This record gives sequence, structure tokens and C-alpha cells, in this order.
Amino acid sequence: MSNTGTTVDARGLSCPQPVLLAVQAMKGQGGGTIEVLVDNEASKENVARAAAAQGWSVAVEVAGSDFRLRLTR
Amino acid sequence: MNGKNVFATLGGVVCVGAIIGVLAPLLQKLGNPGNMGICVACFERDIAGAVGLHRAAVVQYLRPEILGFVLGSLAAALAFREFKPRGGSAPLLRFVLGMMAMIGSLVFLGCPWRALLRLAGGDGNALFGLAGLAFGVWIGTLFFKQGYNLGRTAAQKSSAGLMLPLIMVGLLVLRLVFPPVEGEASSGVLFYSLKGPGAAHAALAISLVIGLGIGFLAQRSRFCTMGALRDLILFRQIHLFSGVVALVAVAFVFNLIFGQFNAGFEGQPVAHTQWFWNFAGMTVAGLAFALAGGCPGRQLFLAGEGDSDAALFALGMIVGAGVSHNFGLASSPGGIGAHGVAAVVVCLLVSLWIGISNCQRA
Repeated sequence: MSNTGTTVDARGLSCPQPVLLAVQAMKGQGGGTIEVLVDNEASKENVARAAAAQGWSVAVEVAGSDFRLRLTR
Repeated sequence: MNGKNVFATLGGVVCVGAIIGVLAPLLQKLGNPGNMGICVACFERDIAGAVGLHRAAVVQYLRPEILGFVLGSLAAALAFREFKPRGGSAPLLRFVLGMMAMIGSLVFLGCPWRALLRLAGGDGNALFGLAGLAFGVWIGTLFFKQGYNLGRTAAQKSSAGLMLPLIMVGLLVLRLVFPPVEGEASSGVLFYSLKGPGAAHAALAISLVIGLGIGFLAQRSRFCTMGALRDLILFRQIHLFSGVVALVAVAFVFNLIFGQFNAGFEGQPVAHTQWFWNFAGMTVAGLAFALAGGCPGRQLFLAGEGDSDAALFALGMIVGAGVSHNFGLASSPGGIGAHGVAAVVVCLLVSLWIGISNCQRA
């Protein structure tokens, strides 16, 4: 898998799918940058919490009614 | 109102758990049934009885706490701009999972909320229920690892997101128009229990205000009793679990203060001692909650923020309560119902099939 550019589209998915997909991507990639798209606050918080727990830094930007989380390590 | 959501921090969810841990024993002190200050399944079952979906005379009362949970969550979602009408993720399966969850819960005699409160009140039978809950959630995590999901939701019109809150407002209107009448088993279109757990309740205003408060706080903190176990098992994450531990610890202390703590297995309020069926009933419920993505409380809070799939799960629970009592599936303090065993087997098979058939790698 490449080290950058992975995008996880978790919009419309309910708990715990967004976290599961993000964790899967983090494990698969090991480092670099991963973008996770979510469409609600709870998923944003959950993905950010899971990423931080695995040592990834998280930057969040609002994209319309969605959130784009940039995970880097 | 933007900015950091303090309730979604570890401290926040612990505080919310602790607040529920105070309010639930308090509701019991103020009139709610034993170890049932709050029980989402039992209270939805009582609502089903109040509107005549079943006619079990001892469990009929239009519980204002449930109305408050949905409307309090709606208020929080509107105040913090999180009201997002959405739905369309396998609605019928979610409705059926709601039915399965209710039928399983009524074999145990309580949802995860009450299992925790029963434990905090000293009811040892709750240990088997909680073990079953954890086992059911664990089965759910096996499906998650195989790619289980019910599909994406899509944005919907406001009317869809507001429908369950509006139904709750309608029920509140009915409660106000047809209040309980001393010694009467019905008032207008509503049924009221004259004895049993349905006859034990705090005053309308108290139940409603506490329900609204919990609904508001739980929406902000994402408090979820099933998620607590799921995240612990699936991600080794203690965030939501910490809130649940706080609930039990604080409820235990307040039960002691209120003289409501009574350790043992026999003679516990609204409970039976058939340990295997306590375990098995909650296994079914735990699996159904896991597959639907939230405990019964969380489903109400999600419905309040516009999730019409969660609303269907809640309505499935209410219909499930009707089926449960009409078909003799629900337990009583005397033990499991006439068809309780068949109910557990069928509901487990249905839930497993929903799990298997929705795995992407199946």
C-alpha cells in the first residue's frame, strides 16, 4: 500500500464502522497521511480519539456538512 | 454553538455516567420501581401497555422519561447544530433488530441500563445478564471483523428526522389530556396499571425533567452502554466504558444512601433467578444492540438528533414489547414466560442471520 493518499469515505456509516475503517487503514499503511471523511460530530470525535490513541496526529477541517480528518504519522 | 464538546471527553462521559448514577436511584426513591429508576426497555414496554399494544395489566404506564430522552436529545442536537435528518440504512432490519432486542431484554427483565442498575442495587442475577450482554456484543464484534454493516444512510427531509420526537410530543399530549385517575385502570385512550411495576412511578414533571436532562447530556456525550462493551472488546478502548463504570459506582453509593441496596439473588425486585435464561436473554439483546449500533438509550438519543433508522429501532422495541407480552415470551418474577425458551432461540437465530447476511466478506 502506498504511504500517502489513502482516503477513507465513512460518510453515512454508523458506529463503529468509521473507526473500524480508519483503524484498518492506519494498520495497513503504518505511517504517512490518511484522509477520513465523516458526516457527523460523533464519528469525527470517535475517529480522532482512535487515531490519537494509536499515535497519529489529527487535523480536522469542515467540508460543507461533512468533516475531513487528516491523520498523519 | 461550536468549539470543543467537553462532554465527549473522558471526563465528560464519566460525569454524564455519574449524573445518571445519581438520577436513576433518585427516580426510584421518588416512585419508580425497584432497581428500575431508569430502564429503557421496561419503560418502552410500559408505553406499549399504556397505548394498548399489550394488555399485561401490571406494566402499563406512559413513561415520561422515554419522551424526555428523545426530546432532550433533540434540544441538544438543535442547540449544537447536530440535528441531521438521515435514514435509509436497512430500516426494516433495524426495526426487526429492535424487536429482537426487546424480546431478549424482557426474558432477562431489563435492558443494559437496568442490568447496571440492578447490579448497583445488589441484585446478583444481573451478573448473568451482564455476562450475556457482553457475550452478545462479542458475537457482534465477530461480525464487524467480517465487514458487517447495514449500509450507508442518506440525508432525509426534516419531517423524517422530526417524526419520532413529534410522536413523543403526541404521547405527552395524550398523557396530559388523559391523566391517571385514582383506582381506574384506564383514562380515555390510555391504560394505567393499578398494581405492579406499572403502578410505581415518580411524578410526571420529575420524570419528564430528568428524562430531558439525561437526553440532553447523553446526546452530547454519546453515552452508550452497548458501545462501552463493544469498544472495549473491539478496540481495547475504555472511553465509553468509563462512563458505565461511573454510573454503577455512583448508583451503588446512592442506593446505599437511599437504603435501596439489598445484596442477594432471591426476592430481588422485578427479577427472576433462572441464571441461564438471564444470560441467554441478554445475549440476544446484546447481539441485536451491537448489530444496530447502539444500546436502547443511544437509539433514542440518535433518533432525537434526526436518525430515523434509530427511531425505527425504537419503534421495533415498542412493537416487540407488545409481541413479547401477547405471546407469553416475557418473564415475570416467577420465571421465564411460557414461550420464553422458543423466543430466545428464534430471536438468536434471526439476529445471527441478520449478522451473517450483512457481512461484506460473507
